[in-house]
Amino acid sequence: MLDRRQFVQGTAAMLAACGSSWAPSLVQAQSIAAGAEGLPEGAVEAAILHALPGKRPLLKRTFRPPNYETPLDVFHQAFTPNDAFFVRYHLAVIPEVQAEQWQLTVGGEAVQQPLTLTLRDLKEGFQQVEVAAVCQCAGNRRGLFQPHVPGVQWGYGAMGNAVWRGVRLKEVLHKAGLKPEALEVVCDGADYGVITKTPDFIKSLPVWKALEDTTLIALEMNGAPLPHWNGYPARIVVPGWVGTYWVKQLTALNVSSKPFEGFWMKSAYRIPKGKFPMVDRFISQESDTNTPITEMVVNSLITNITNGQSVESGAAVEVKGIAWDAGYGIQRVAVSTDAGATWRDAALGTDLGRFSWRQWTYRFQAGPRGQQTLMAQATNRVGATQTMSLIGNPAGYHHNVVQQITLIVT
Amino acid sequence: MYRLIGGIVILLALPALADESKLQLKDGAGKELITTYCAVCHSLDYIQINAPFLDRQAWEATINKMINIMGAPVKPEDVPPILDYLSKYYGKP
Repeated sequence: MLDRRQFVQGTAAMLAACGSSWAPSLVQAQSIAAGAEGLPEGAVEAAILHALPGKRPLLKRTFRPPNYETPLDVFHQAFTPNDAFFVRYHLAVIPEVQAEQWQLTVGGEAVQQPLTLTLRDLKEGFQQVEVAAVCQCAGNRRGLFQPHVPGVQWGYGAMGNAVWRGVRLKEVLHKAGLKPEALEVVCDGADYGVITKTPDFIKSLPVWKALEDTTLIALEMNGAPLPHWNGYPARIVVPGWVGTYWVKQLTALNVSSKPFEGFWMKSAYRIPKGKFPMVDRFISQESDTNTPITEMVVNSLITNITNGQSVESGAAVEVKGIAWDAGYGIQRVAVSTDAGATWRDAALGTDLGRFSWRQWTYRFQAGPRGQQTLMAQATNRVGATQTMSLIGNPAGYHHNVVQQITLIVT
Repeated sequence: MYRLIGGIVILLALPALADESKLQLKDGAGKELITTYCAVCHSLDYIQINAPFLDRQAWEATINKMINIMGAPVKPEDVPPILDYLSKYYGKP
């Protein structure tokens, strides 16, 4: 975890650097198209740029519950501005919480002393810490699955990188006191379904993960209170793990000695066992055949060039992108400008923390007239790499297939 | 629009609802059942985006999930026309 002063200086320098960097207008114009490449026809038709209150126009996938994607050009920035940060909800009733009335209850059969905390308690009674971390929906890029699978048909933008500030979840849990049999921490938010029978969106974490130093109850992102659509006034932040665990509008923590049985744990957000490289296991929730999704897989994104873009033969081209993983750290990003025949290393940008994404650049000279195919493949420090072909799974998670972007050389 | 539940003020996102009301599904038999049942809990773009790649069996599985898991109170006699509509207008060709 970063020291606050160190971090703020780093961020300011980075934001200043980004502000003056190359921002091709072509990319702006192609935001929607880029997000739509490979998506189902209906998803392309339904996508519009639309602004939720307090947000800039984002790529609307669904109105209600609100599912909005960050356009590609925003990913030029090291940190994703709060008003451009993606929005993902499962249930349509999202209470606009008033800070003075908000309370967090900490209870369950496996705590010693149940607690109720106000926002002020969290701000004044605990050390405030920060972590830079990517928040990515498990189903980011689901829309690119072939064959398509049902669900929100996301392109590339169901993710963002932010500096999250708040209190360590473990300190709150320790204040209540965990009994030895504590197994899972069950997190509930204020959102709920229109129909009473709809399963409430409740997620559990294994106690060991809840007690890690970097797992937070965040009150701020990028130096400002969380936007309503990103969980105001408090959300769980689990750096390295997919967004499904980052419960928004947090209202209750219940510590249990038994595996939580809710729909969103037992049936949803599951991947087949043995198909993906996975270090962090959630053993109390595993079945014989599948397991809850946990860590993000290593991934990268080319942010300044889109498929079908033209370039003059011999011109100097700078490819910019980002790469991230579950917190092991990015070891290298290899770029190919000849459809995968040869690969060279991209230059990695400043390390902003192991859970942040890392910017990278690669320069080359455009080849002879015709087509030229760009690819980028990130590898992390434990040797995991992006796949060349899709690892199919029923719910459409963990898409980290190497991109292929064709340049038209004129 | 505000309503008070359990001490929490709830603001329904009216601007988004206004834009949502412009969504138009394809005209055809069964459309009014979709608006009656499905739009209670979610906007109809959920149907648009998941097309056209679900075959009849996959749409049937989706309807069953909505009824059995999500609690949609669909009358049994309304299921076949809903399935016919989704398969015909938003199904895999």
